[in-house]
Amino acid sequence: MPEHEAEARQGSPAREVGVFLRRRREQIAQRWADEPLFRAVFTVSRDEAVEAGRTVADALAEVATAERVVDPEAAGFTLVREQLARMAASRARAGLGTAQVSREVDALRPPVVDLLVADLADAPAGRLRECESALTVLLGTLRLVVLETALSEGEALIDRQRLQLLEVATPVIKLWDGIVAVPLIGTLDSARSQVVMETLLEAVVDQQARYAILDITGVPTVDSLVAQHLMKTVAAARLMGAECVVSGIRPAIAQTIVHLGLDLGTVVTRASLADALAHALHRLGADIVHASSGGAGSR
Amino acid sequence: MTDEFSRPPVAPVPVLRLGDVLLVTLQGDLHDSTAEQLQQDITERIGSSGATGVVIDISGIEIVDSFLGRVLAEIAAKAGLLAARTVVAGMRPAVAITLVEMGLTLPGLRTALNTEAALHLLGDPARSGSAVPRPGRR
Repeated sequence: MPEHEAEARQGSPAREVGVFLRRRREQIAQRWADEPLFRAVFTVSRDEAVEAGRTVADALAEVATAERVVDPEAAGFTLVREQLARMAASRARAGLGTAQVSREVDALRPPVVDLLVADLADAPAGRLRECESALTVLLGTLRLVVLETALSEGEALIDRQRLQLLEVATPVIKLWDGIVAVPLIGTLDSARSQVVMETLLEAVVDQQARYAILDITGVPTVDSLVAQHLMKTVAAARLMGAECVVSGIRPAIAQTIVHLGLDLGTVVTRASLADALAHALHRLGADIVHASSGGAGSR
Repeated sequence: MTDEFSRPPVAPVPVLRLGDVLLVTLQGDLHDSTAEQLQQDITERIGSSGATGVVIDISGIEIVDSFLGRVLAEIAAKAGLLAARTVVAGMRPAVAITLVEMGLTLPGLRTALNTEAALHLLGDPARSGSAVPRPGRR
């Protein structure tokens, strides 16, 4: 032990912290297991928490030995990144905000610092202060890594959901031979309107549809951008030889469109999907008549 | 059109006559000189045959540029001066999107889903529909 410590003393403070972390790995893991972060995540057994603490301590020791205490991209962290992400995600599920998770990670610091101070009691005061500061920086970096991992998890989730939304939200429905409809739901952005336009036009070709109905009952707001996308879709459908009917423009949206000064004059509009369908059927020469009033049409 | 480009051995686009209608099918790349020749052919054929309609089938065209858009608009305008109506048939979705994104909505042009629909459109201007459609026929 003495020559080991002497060797460590010769190195930089970061190296010495690395040696200290390896030496006290067991005690650190035991103390961390009692901290809320580990206790709340590993509820099954304390041994599991201690094991997780050991892994984190090892990773920190590796980073310290590599003298990269300020670098969240250090190679040592990659080993525990997944575990940290799991822990952060588990805390987030428990309803903790980012700041609270951050505070819990910070709570890992005092026990380790206490151990370090006890270990280096006989070292010169300056040396002790250097080592303590290196350790503090290292744990600060750990905090950053945890938060960064948690955030990137969240971003991945959002990306996944956005893709799902794109796939789910644009069904093209065949209403009649030669008539297709797209019920639009939710806010339209450029990416979504692009998908809507492509799927609608593909359906027009596939089903040889002469009429395409864009129903915007489920669109909460219409701004100039959305209106422009609608116009583009209508123009593209017309170029292909289909006629586009826009239906479901609610009174509030109609007012907005007029207030914005948008000219939808070239677009055929109907109040509801039913009206649009009736219009398309009429143009196809297939009028709907009530059996009681018409009578002659049934034969 | 410029002479420094060696003119590729491209056959002129055939202009077929079906009754009162001229049928033109465009495929692949439309070369500048071919387009020029085609416009001339169409106007001459309208003049000599007295056709009242022109159908341009572009279902074989997958890539479009502003040049093609202009050619279509010009053919329509020239045919219009000779009292013939022009219908563009079978435009692919990608082509339609590209034209719209370029701002070429070709307002004066009639369009149809396919050649058959285009012939119907020209044959019966009052009622542009075909037979009464029934669900589940496909």
